[in-house]
Amino acid sequence: MSETDRISGKLRWSKLYTFSCLRPNVLETDGLHSLQGPGFSRVVYCNQPRVHRKKPLKYPSNYISTTKYNIITFLPKAIFEQFRRVANLYFLMAAILSLTPVAPFSAVSMIAPLAFVVGLSMAKEALEDWRRFMQDMKVNSRKVSIHKGDGTFGYKPWQKIRVGDVVKVEKDQFFPADLLLLSSSYDDGICYVETMNLDGETNLKVKRSLEVTLPLDGDVAFKDFTGKIRCEDPNPNLYTFVGNLEYDRQVYALDTNQILLRDSKLRNTAYVYGVVIFTGHDSKVMQNSTKSPSKRSTIERKMDYIIYFLFTLLVLISLISSIGFAVKTKFEMPEWWYLQPQNTTDLYDPTRPGLSGIFHLVTALILYGYLIPISLYVSIEVVKVLQATFINQDLHMYDEETGNPAQARTSNLNEELGQVDTILSDKTGTLTCNQMDFLKCSIAGVSYGVGSSEVEIAAKKQMAFDLSGHNSEIYSASMQNSRAQDSLENSGSDFGKSEIELETVITSKDEKYQKPMIKGFSFVDRRLMDGNWLKDPNVDAILLFFRILALCHTAIPEPNEETGSFNYEAESPDEGAFLVAAREFGFEFCGRTQTKVFIRERYPSSGHPVEREFKILSLLDFSSKRKRMSVIVQDEGGQILLLCKGADSIIFDRLSKNGRMHEESTSRHLNEYAEAGLRTLAFAYRKLEESEYSVWNSEFIKAKTTIGPDREAMLEHVSDMIEKDLILVGATAVEDKLQKGVPQCIDKLAQAGLKIWVLTGDKMETAINIGFSCSLLRQGMKQICITTVNTDLLAQDAKKAVKENVLMQLTNASQMINLEKDPHAAFALVIDGKTLSYALEEDMKHQFLSLAVNCASVICCRVSPKQKAMVTRLVKEGSGKTTLAIGDGANDVGMIQEADIGVGISGVEGMQAVMASDFSIAQFRFLERLLVVHGHWCYKRIAQMICYFFYKNIVFGLTLFYFEAYTGFSGQSVYDDWFMLLFNVILTSLPVISLGVFEQDVSSEVCLQFPALYQQGQRNMFFDWYRIFGWMANGLYSSLIIFFFNLNIFYDQAFRSEGQTADMAAVGATMFTCIIWAVNFQIAFTMSHFTWIQHLFVWGSICTWYIFLLLYGMSSPIISRNAFQILVEALAPAPIYWLVTLLVTIACNVPYLAYLSFQRSFNPMDHHIIQEIKYYKKDVEDQHMWKRECSKARQETKIGFTARVDAKIRQLRGKLQKKYPSLGVQNVIPPS
Amino acid sequence: MNTNLCFCYSDSKFTQQELPACKPILTPQWVISAFMLVSFVFIPIGVASLLASRDVVEIIYQYETECIPAPMRGDKLKFIQSTENKTCNRKLIVPKLMKQPIYVYYQLDNFFQNHRRYVKSRSDVQLQDPKNENDTSSCDPEDLSNGSPIVPCGLIAWSLFNDTYSFSRNNQNLTVNKRGISWKSDRDSKFGDNVFPKNFQNGTIKGGASLDTTIPLSEQEDLIVWMRTAALPTFRKLYGKIEVDLQANEVIDVTLQNNYNTYSFDGKKKLVLSTTSWLGGKNNFLGIAYLTVGGLCFFLAMAFAVIYLVKPRRLGDPSYLSWNKNPAGH
Repeated sequence: MSETDRISGKLRWSKLYTFSCLRPNVLETDGLHSLQGPGFSRVVYCNQPRVHRKKPLKYPSNYISTTKYNIITFLPKAIFEQFRRVANLYFLMAAILSLTPVAPFSAVSMIAPLAFVVGLSMAKEALEDWRRFMQDMKVNSRKVSIHKGDGTFGYKPWQKIRVGDVVKVEKDQFFPADLLLLSSSYDDGICYVETMNLDGETNLKVKRSLEVTLPLDGDVAFKDFTGKIRCEDPNPNLYTFVGNLEYDRQVYALDTNQILLRDSKLRNTAYVYGVVIFTGHDSKVMQNSTKSPSKRSTIERKMDYIIYFLFTLLVLISLISSIGFAVKTKFEMPEWWYLQPQNTTDLYDPTRPGLSGIFHLVTALILYGYLIPISLYVSIEVVKVLQATFINQDLHMYDEETGNPAQARTSNLNEELGQVDTILSDKTGTLTCNQMDFLKCSIAGVSYGVGSSEVEIAAKKQMAFDLSGHNSEIYSASMQNSRAQDSLENSGSDFGKSEIELETVITSKDEKYQKPMIKGFSFVDRRLMDGNWLKDPNVDAILLFFRILALCHTAIPEPNEETGSFNYEAESPDEGAFLVAAREFGFEFCGRTQTKVFIRERYPSSGHPVEREFKILSLLDFSSKRKRMSVIVQDEGGQILLLCKGADSIIFDRLSKNGRMHEESTSRHLNEYAEAGLRTLAFAYRKLEESEYSVWNSEFIKAKTTIGPDREAMLEHVSDMIEKDLILVGATAVEDKLQKGVPQCIDKLAQAGLKIWVLTGDKMETAINIGFSCSLLRQGMKQICITTVNTDLLAQDAKKAVKENVLMQLTNASQMINLEKDPHAAFALVIDGKTLSYALEEDMKHQFLSLAVNCASVICCRVSPKQKAMVTRLVKEGSGKTTLAIGDGANDVGMIQEADIGVGISGVEGMQAVMASDFSIAQFRFLERLLVVHGHWCYKRIAQMICYFFYKNIVFGLTLFYFEAYTGFSGQSVYDDWFMLLFNVILTSLPVISLGVFEQDVSSEVCLQFPALYQQGQRNMFFDWYRIFGWMANGLYSSLIIFFFNLNIFYDQAFRSEGQTADMAAVGATMFTCIIWAVNFQIAFTMSHFTWIQHLFVWGSICTWYIFLLLYGMSSPIISRNAFQILVEALAPAPIYWLVTLLVTIACNVPYLAYLSFQRSFNPMDHHIIQEIKYYKKDVEDQHMWKRECSKARQETKIGFTARVDAKIRQLRGKLQKKYPSLGVQNVIPPS
Repeated sequence: MNTNLCFCYSDSKFTQQELPACKPILTPQWVISAFMLVSFVFIPIGVASLLASRDVVEIIYQYETECIPAPMRGDKLKFIQSTENKTCNRKLIVPKLMKQPIYVYYQLDNFFQNHRRYVKSRSDVQLQDPKNENDTSSCDPEDLSNGSPIVPCGLIAWSLFNDTYSFSRNNQNLTVNKRGISWKSDRDSKFGDNVFPKNFQNGTIKGGASLDTTIPLSEQEDLIVWMRTAALPTFRKLYGKIEVDLQANEVIDVTLQNNYNTYSFDGKKKLVLSTTSWLGGKNNFLGIAYLTVGGLCFFLAMAFAVIYLVKPRRLGDPSYLSWNKNPAGH
């Protein structure tokens, strides 16, 4: 087996994977599922798609559609959607009734605004759906090579694919449907698949065809190929597949290993052939996608309640009105001869007061409809679109590298951004860039690598500041400046005073800037670089360490034409980083065959590299249970070595007595690395004698060839036998490169009081490491790991036992949290997907949730897209708080759609997440500005705007009602129809829109400096019932003042010196003038930020009223009727008109002004104080105070950068005081 | 900082929400001065209004009962619907000097001129132009009389007030000038000078006053005044002007024609003679309201001043920030 000349494409790579290479996958007759009964009814005739064209085997085509409407259903469906809003339905009925004589107004004034509102909303829906349609079309028309018969293949669009088709997928293409893998370009029928879109994992997975289908490896072979697949029905389970293949009159079992899922990608394999099993919406990925729900913000939902309240009020006053009317009509109207009661229609029939009353109820419902602001919806829609435009235009959220701006894709959730409580984040591509950097290592008890992580820098700086007296500038400056590094150089001098060594930190950073960056390698230390290690006293250990780096892995090198070196196709990015590091140290991994690994070793002394080959005798795979991997190699000298790398705890357990020389120092280093948020692995080796190896190897081969369920256990046992008595060599620390600004952003968000959960498809170890590097976890935090134990009991009992076990773990953990006394204690919950599936079950989920909310951070690993969505739903519904989900891949779509707000990262991965999201941003760090600035503003704007809207409509609507009492409840309005129409549309809408679009309580810088301000939104301080009813009461008060002042002043006497008395038109116009002034004054008091736009709109609205009145009065008397010339002739010359306006305007606003002043002097809110500080420029005069407050203005957090710095400070202080090291010991609760 | 970025995005202050803005805050000084200012403006206005109202001299004479002969008072409705002589002479004493012009009003009570049925029952186009005399659709039930349109149509015109007053002093007639009691715009634009009453009060039931068919509507000022419906069920309408001064304690003889039926709905009828001030007629409400609001503002100003002096809060004092007030659990 030493044919090194074989082309790499024909290698049997599967041999590399020890634990799976000899897995029997044919003819497992006893394991065959009896594929019958419900759930297993699918039959697929391979290569006979024609069979599937008619029933009963007709399955859906591969056409997918994610749109909500189509051309035919759009109109009815969209109209139905619109009129699901109660208010719209009410206005529709009012509009219909306005065509009858019942209506108090003209029909146009009812129908026009409604048509406008509904039309606008529907146009928006249509546009959004069109975008979705275009996206679908793009996917549906992708081309794939398909068997057309007689062994010829041709390209066809995806949507034409049918079940049973044989397709050929080439390298880097997506699979168009769920396929059964038949053969690949490799001899042994394996292929590499990237499933990023399904589960977010970036490492490649190996799929393997059945041996029996291996000969089908050319186009021609499919000429006469037939087969029959029986399998499960379409289901959303990504990790299981049950089925069998009937081929050549034999039955073969199929499992997930042979299934290629739609939307995953073929990698490192030239081509594969496959049979289509599930198409279109039947495919697993489509089954996993949940319907995109229409989301509404909390405020809007609450607004519905207010609308209901107002409806109740409306019905109530309408009832009062109609009862009053009926009574008046019955008892008094017969005497009112001037109405000719004997000669009336049904509307006013005194002989049938009941009927008239019912008619009048309808009239009243329409008349008082002004209580329910129809323009509220339009205005909110307009305001939100404008707010969204501002979000889209924000330069601080524009990513210059990719050219992607932030995008508010659905504008109706803007204000929800200001109320977020929990963020559920994807990991890969969202928090990290999925790139590993080799940063540090510890060899033979000596730590190498002087690079520092940001946590260390900040902690040391803070200490330096504390020790060097209270010279706050540097500290505060760096605290607010999210780019802590930048200020480092300027502040170097102050650190000299501290006892803490910082020199290395600073020098390393300087060096880092000078050196060209190598991807995956940020290691800086002269002692090891450029061959200097040869002068090190520990040269042997270092050599061994480098060899382990270069040998102990499963990667495949790919020559890189440009640089002349190699790229590595590794299973995990860590391995890639190790190989890059080995290359940089002079140990370049340059080739691999079935049994050998070639290393090019470069020594500065000899000049040119030496190529060495190592024989790979055995490979003991990595698994999350073993947490280690080993290779057994034989070097050129015949020496057999076992090289092992793994989690430190595991390796330390397996050291021999004489292998523990460096254990203490190494474990100290490992703690330091972990504290710095790095991923650590320990390296060890063992020398084996030839005889010892061969004895073990025979056992190992026996274990490998075992068939049956014991195989894994046996392999594990055998591996254990050899992986012992190890000698510790050292440890590595790899930095999982976070995206730019992620730790700072998480820190700020935590300070703003947000909880952050990480949901990832990755392994638990990876997830925990990321938790460390983005400060969600830290040393000294108590980790609660909840996992399932493997039980060997029977299937039914096992499930129950596991469940009980999980429940017990949950209860124990909850108890532990309850018993904790230390206020600084923080807990972290780590749970894996399998356990989660139990924890999310109906009877356990509340326990899980209550535990999770008590933990400072929660990390869920190995979760499927569906589980992400389920966790999101649990948080959303269980806690009742607003959730935000952020992710970048297709596997996040479910979560993004489920959360109250979905944010997509418009990065490198596909557009699925962005398409499903409500907001898209280019980088995670923009989330801070999106929430803390735009969210805060939008929340306050919308909240104030809605309150004000209700206020002004109550003011207006109630005056109509009061007047009814004076007209015998007849339904006559004191105002002209036109006044009423214009009230909402023109005269009071622009100021409130300007409030909703431009209001800023504090500037964006202040929002960022004082994250605590965000909590005003989380606690809903501006839209609680007190405030809403306060505004309503204000409206009630104003309406009373306006109506009764006017009534009494215009009671019966002359209102001018020329003796004329006021008629209804004059009273109405005066009253209306008072309303316009009062409500516009009110909004001016509400605003705290006046640009020229607000001034223009507020004062412009008042002017518009006068201009309108003037122009209306000048129009033909047929149009203006009693308002003809009213301003010029009747009102303007009367001093009383102006005096009333002044009196009422002031009287209406005095209570609000008094309340405002009272609140400011006794119970000022945070933004009031900050406004004052800014107003008096105190922040410039007293910078120390300003910075102190900035740093204090945060939620007490247990996660994030700052919390970590605090913890570090506590630790260092303790150290300084006690003069002996007291490293925090990581408490891991072992799974029971 | 946005100046050197160059891409299609506009980086104006507007899109970045950084427009220059004034951000006024309510400082105690501001609040106190605002309230003081209001009270300083309002109290004088209130006083002036009260003085103006006090200067107005008003004679109100309620006559709906008194003008019915005593024996008939048991069934007032019957009397008013009968054809008996309804003339009624009364004497009024002028309490104070009344400078001309003295306005004569009639005041009705419990009369719903603002009832929807009543308000709608008119045709503005018909009043304006004789060509539109057939446009009576909105005038139901007073639209047609024997198939031909009524001009002016509708309930308002039909129920026109028809009591008349004449005044004399020392047996000398006091002329009541009925010209110019309506709005000029009404006469000029709304009531056509070539529209003459037609078929008016021809129906089976007679409503109020009849109109002289030879006088165009634009000169029927009583009608024009009546057609401006009042806002409240109690209302005054201008009847005419007396353009001579009346001395204090002078006795005025009034001759009333008590024709209008307010008895069926128990409405009061009043004759009002009143002078006006710059503010109009006699009404203390405006003055009182001004004084009240002014006083309230004065009180608030004082209260805030006391608060400010006794327990001043330094503006922009960071110790009031929520995280400083209760550092543990904000």
